[in-house]
Amino acid sequence: MSLRRLTGLGPALPALALLFVFFLFPVVRMLGFSIEGGTLEWYSKALGQGLYLQVFWNTFEIALIVTVICLLLGYPLGFLLATTTPGWATLGFIFVLLPLWTSVLVRTYAWMVLLGRNGVFNRMLLESGVIADPLPLLNNFTGVLIGMVHVLLPYMVLPVYGAVRRVDPALVAAAEGLGASNARIFRRVYLPLTLPGIFAGAVIVFVLSLGFFITPALLGGGRVMMLAVLIEQQVHETLNWAFAAALSAVLLAVTLLVYTVAQRYSRTAAET
Amino acid sequence: MSRRALIVACAAIYLFLMLPLLVVFPISLSSAAYMQFPPPGLSWQWYERYFDDPQWIDATIRSLYIGVATAILALALGVPLAFSLVRTKFIGRVLVDRLALAPLIVPTIILSVSLYGLFAKLKLIGEWYGLVVAHTVLALPFVVLVMSAGLRDFDRGLEQAAEGLGASRTRTLLRVTLPLLRPSLVSAGLLAFLSSFDELVVALFLAGPNMTLPKKMFDNILMEIDPTIAAVSVMQILLVSVVLVLIGRFGRGLSGSAR
Repeated sequence: MSLRRLTGLGPALPALALLFVFFLFPVVRMLGFSIEGGTLEWYSKALGQGLYLQVFWNTFEIALIVTVICLLLGYPLGFLLATTTPGWATLGFIFVLLPLWTSVLVRTYAWMVLLGRNGVFNRMLLESGVIADPLPLLNNFTGVLIGMVHVLLPYMVLPVYGAVRRVDPALVAAAEGLGASNARIFRRVYLPLTLPGIFAGAVIVFVLSLGFFITPALLGGGRVMMLAVLIEQQVHETLNWAFAAALSAVLLAVTLLVYTVAQRYSRTAAET
Repeated sequence: MSRRALIVACAAIYLFLMLPLLVVFPISLSSAAYMQFPPPGLSWQWYERYFDDPQWIDATIRSLYIGVATAILALALGVPLAFSLVRTKFIGRVLVDRLALAPLIVPTIILSVSLYGLFAKLKLIGEWYGLVVAHTVLALPFVVLVMSAGLRDFDRGLEQAAEGLGASRTRTLLRVTLPLLRPSLVSAGLLAFLSSFDELVVALFLAGPNMTLPKKMFDNILMEIDPTIAAVSVMQILLVSVVLVLIGRFGRGLSGSAR
C-alpha cells in the first residue's frame, strides 16, 4: 500500500519537473532579489512612498470596480444560459466563448477603434448632435474599465451558469406551486443557492484583475498605472530588478492571500 | 424581473461582448489609410499588405509552430499528470494539484519577469523553444482541468472488461482508455494551442528580436495603427471560430467544458 502511494506519483513526475525548473525555481529566485543585501529598503519604498502606494490603491480600486461590473453583467447572462433551452444555451455559449478566446490584443485594438477621440462612438454621437465635444473614453480610467470588463466577463458567466444549473428544479417548482412570484423565487431560491458560484466568479475576476497588464498598458494611455505595468517598467526601462522583485512579492502575496481566504470561506460555506 | 426584461438585458450584454469582434470586419476592408468608420470604400489592400510583409508572415509562422509545440508538450506532460491526480492517491496529492493549477492564479507578469531573469542567464532569450517551455507552464492548467473532468466521468468498468478479456495494460490504455478520452484530448490540445497562440506578456519578455504574432501586433498598435492590424484581427477571429467549432464537434461539448 505504501509503495503504491509513492508510485502513484510516477506519471506526474515529468510535469512536476517542468513546474519546478521553469515555474517555482525562477519565481522564488526572482523574489529573492528583493532582499538582496539583507535589507528591506525596497519593500519600504514600495509600501512607504506615496507615489507607489497610489499604484497599489489604483490597482485595488480598478479590480474592485471591474469585479462589481462583471457581477452585474455576468449574473443575468449566466442565469439566462442556465435556464434556457439547450439549443439557445449552445448558441449563447458560443458568443461567450468566442470573445473569451479571441486574442486580448484584437479586442484591445477594437476598443481603440470604438472609443478613440475620432472613434466610432464619438463620431456617431457628434454627428447625431448628442454631444458637442468628443467624450474622453480612451487613454483614461474609463477605457481601462471597459476593456478589462470585456476580457473578464466570461470568467464570471461560467461559474454563475454552473451554480444556477445545480439548483434543483424541484425547489423552483415547489416555490411556484406555493404561489411565489418570479421575483420572490429568485430572491428566496436562486440567489441563496447560487451564492457560492457568484463568490467563486467574483474571486477569479478580482484576482485576475490584480495582475492585469495588456489592457491598462494600451487603453490607459500611460495615465492609468497598475501594478503589473509598474513592474514591467521597472524591469524594461529602469532595470531596477530589486524593486521589481519587491513589487512582485507584494502582488503575489496579495493574490495568494485573497485566493486562499476565498477557498477556505467557500469550503466552509459548502460544508454548512 | 420578468423573463422578457432578462432577455433584453442579455441582448445588450451580448452586444457589448460582440461589438469589438464585429467592428474590425468593416475596418479591415476599408480603402482609407487612416482608421475611418464607416469606411469610405472597400478594398483588400490591408490583407495584401499583411501577406506581402515578411515580418507579419514570419511572426505568424513562428506563433503557429510555437503553439503546436506547446500543445504537444502540454499534452505529453499534462495527461499523465491528470491520470495520477484523478486515479491514484499519493502523499502530497493536494500539493501537486495546487502546483499544477498555480500558473492560472500567479499573475503572468511575475512568471514573465522571473523567466526573463533566468533565460537571460541561460542565453535563452529569443529562442523559440524557450517560449515553448514558458507557454507550456501556462497551458498545463488547461490540460489538467479538461483531462481531469474527462477522467472523472470515465466508466472504469470498460477497462476492467478489456483486462478481463485478456488485454494487457498497454493494450487497454491504447485501445480503450485513450480512444474514449479523445474528446477531452482534442479540447485540451486545442485550448493549449490557443493559449500559446494568443499569449503576449511572456513573449514581450522572452521573444527578443524574434517576433511572435501577438508581439508584432502589440508593437504595431503602439507605433502605427493602420488597418493591417484589423485584417490580422479578422483572420485571428476566424481562426478562433474554427477552433471552437472543432472543439464543439470533436471535443467535449462547449457547455461541458464550462463546468
